[in-house]
Amino acid sequence: MNIIEETHPPPPAKLEPDYLEAGHTVRSWLLTTDHKRIGLLYLFSIIFFFFIAAVAAGIMRLELLTPKGDLVLSETYSKLFTLHGVIMVWFFLIPSIPTVLGNFLIPMMIGARDVAFPKLNLLSWYLFMAGGMFALYAIIAGGVDTGWTFYTPYSSRYSNSHVIEMATGIFLSGFGSILTGLNFIITVHKMRAPGMTWFRLPLFIWSHYATSLILVLATPVLAITLLLMALERIWGIGIFDPRIGGDPVLFQHLFWFYSHPAVYIMVLPSMAVISELIPCFSRKQIFGYKFIAFASLAIAFLGFLVWGHHMFVAGPSVYAGLVFSLLSFLVAIPSAIKVFNWTATLHRGSISFETPMLYALGFIGLFSLGGLTGLFLAALGADVHLTDTYFIIAHFHYIMVGGTVLGFMGGMHFWWPKITGRMYPEKMGQLAALVTFIGFNLTFFPQFILGYLGMPRRYHAYAPEYQVYNVLSTAGASILAVGYILPVIYFIWSLHKGKKAPANPWNATGLEWQTPSPPPVHNFYETPLVVKGPYDYSPEEEERKLEERHG
Amino acid sequence: MRVPFFLDQASTLAPRVDALYYGLVALTAIMMGIIFLPMFYFLYKYRRGNKADRRPIRIPTWKIEMTWTVIPLFIVIGFYCWGSSVYFEIERPPAKAMEINIIGKQWMWKLQHAEGNREINQLHVPVGETVRLTLTSQDVIHDFAVPAFRIKQDVLPGRYVVEWFKATKEGTYHIFCNEYCGVSHASMIGEVIVMSPAAYQDWLARGQPEETLVQSGERLFRELGCSGCHMGNSQIRAPRLEGVFGKPVPLQGGQFVVADEKYIRDSILLPQSQIVYGYAPLMPTYAGHVTEEELFQLIAYIKGLGNKQPEYMK
Repeated sequence: MNIIEETHPPPPAKLEPDYLEAGHTVRSWLLTTDHKRIGLLYLFSIIFFFFIAAVAAGIMRLELLTPKGDLVLSETYSKLFTLHGVIMVWFFLIPSIPTVLGNFLIPMMIGARDVAFPKLNLLSWYLFMAGGMFALYAIIAGGVDTGWTFYTPYSSRYSNSHVIEMATGIFLSGFGSILTGLNFIITVHKMRAPGMTWFRLPLFIWSHYATSLILVLATPVLAITLLLMALERIWGIGIFDPRIGGDPVLFQHLFWFYSHPAVYIMVLPSMAVISELIPCFSRKQIFGYKFIAFASLAIAFLGFLVWGHHMFVAGPSVYAGLVFSLLSFLVAIPSAIKVFNWTATLHRGSISFETPMLYALGFIGLFSLGGLTGLFLAALGADVHLTDTYFIIAHFHYIMVGGTVLGFMGGMHFWWPKITGRMYPEKMGQLAALVTFIGFNLTFFPQFILGYLGMPRRYHAYAPEYQVYNVLSTAGASILAVGYILPVIYFIWSLHKGKKAPANPWNATGLEWQTPSPPPVHNFYETPLVVKGPYDYSPEEEERKLEERHG
Repeated sequence: MRVPFFLDQASTLAPRVDALYYGLVALTAIMMGIIFLPMFYFLYKYRRGNKADRRPIRIPTWKIEMTWTVIPLFIVIGFYCWGSSVYFEIERPPAKAMEINIIGKQWMWKLQHAEGNREINQLHVPVGETVRLTLTSQDVIHDFAVPAFRIKQDVLPGRYVVEWFKATKEGTYHIFCNEYCGVSHASMIGEVIVMSPAAYQDWLARGQPEETLVQSGERLFRELGCSGCHMGNSQIRAPRLEGVFGKPVPLQGGQFVVADEKYIRDSILLPQSQIVYGYAPLMPTYAGHVTEEELFQLIAYIKGLGNKQPEYMK
């Protein structure tokens, strides 16, 4: 995007300190209302939660090396997979890209000085952390054994674990989500710089806008569901337990009415990142801007209408099954549109393979396979055999890890210079991206086969014929762990030793690159004026520059 | 270590489900090819520094967009129809079948054959015969799955669900609980033993119980005092139950309800919830007095009460 400088001469280099230099006290961080610092607060929090949940997964994979339940008790195993699910879903995946990169970038990309409600933004983080502390308390006090889905009547009557504490944690962090969503929606509506029309918005913003709509509309349903479950558990009010007049399937309807859209809360922001990376590293206008933008909204909308596909074997009427199946198949269309448009963007580009681009390409591969295996589960006849087996596990990890985590990592590398003012080591980055991709596939691809062969999920001990695929999966998990730890090491290293980053190391077009790295407290010395659409790249010019450099 | 790749196809449903599954595998392979062959070609040809034509293309992009919107739309609708037709078969049990009742509880399966034979975590069935399972849970939600038959169904407390299969191959196959049901979920497993019809008859005879399912139900019907009102020349006017099963029953308020397993169960446990038209709400609840197993026996008895015209239809 081009910025027309106003007539007076450019401002002195340092009108105000950059946002990292603006204060060094703990207080200056904990009471900050700067969207960039709040983004970093979230970053530290979610990385912390990620590693807790990842360790739980590691122990589970070790247990599954052998068919017998010989490493941990079945009770411990139940608590581990509940921990892994709850922490990963609500304390890593859902907040990951929106609250870190979204918080940091949305105001900068639209040319604003902050989000619409900076104090509310800080409150979101405190709610999130309060929720996180309740969840940690539930874990330390002895854990929860219901699975992240909290199905009734097990959770509301039979479980002897810390269900209420955990549910309170999720309940509180949900309000953080709602406020973040609200903040983003209003920011995008009201804070755009002059000239930043809707169709000049980067696709990052469109996707986050769609995500925010889901956050605001779906999360309250989760809060209500958990509250009803707690009412039944504490006071025995019959809502879900058939013994006291309730309906256990009602819980599933309510839970998935939130939790299916939640999948799109996880994956839409990742698509947002990919839509920035692909044009930048192929130096091309994105192909089909409006189609990608509206596909995000279509996914958000259709995502609300498919919750029933989680319950095809829970005894719905055949006709309800037919409707949910059709709608689930239809979600594939906007997802496919996005993938095709990204591929088409590469056509006649000038493509380079820096780390963020490797993650983006990895994302397309894993998301495509994750999406296509989703068709198996939308097809009623196949779903009956595959649901509640490792096929499901593999499918949603392709979407959530292959999709969300790769998008998050790609985005972190891409904007790391902007966030910290330092470059990460490029070769190490490329290596980590490759290791992650290989480790991921080795971990989760064998699980598709396990699922087809019938191995149920949430078993700590299993029939011996399933062992070979479990061994492969565990081997893959250890490679994947290396892929996760490497970036943590070199990112921290780069804070002190990394090359100083220029304002625009990727020669990208977004407004966030038109200001120093790291950005000043109020983002821009002068409010930018936007006169062009996003992604004003030219592959031909890029090639010309390359030739000139080589003489 | 064995590297299994194929799963036994041991029921009539299995080949149908597998055809759909492999159809979807083929679709996935083709779509991955359509996405990634051009992608790798672009990545190679248009890598930075490689000589190539990079001028913008001059064809209307909306045509391209429509192509890759509409064609996948038709493909997914095709697979939707295929998947649904298989589902119809899974969900519609044939009318004539051998009946088996199954109760799931933390953490075991209790099964009873019509002949009265009981089993725990094992199910003996003859090959080539259609078997209809009626399942319920005594506590939390379980799930009764037999991967070799490609069947799976959540088993809910307070409800009856139905699964069916027709085994085509003798052998022993896994039964798994596929819905997390508490700490010993992984030990809620069992096996289906598919036998030749003769061996099955043998097995039935060896475990000969004192009563068949219907006989147990008849005894309970007397012992619990049901017969006092619902049979013979009782002083108290209660609906007669002969031939009522499977027929629509008129309720107070004008609705009709089909007298299926669930209706009979509710009438025993929650008699006030659905009052038959023209009768006073006199019946006391039996909740807490009858077990899930006894309910199955009572239902079997009422089912067996002939096809005489129910009293209210005369």
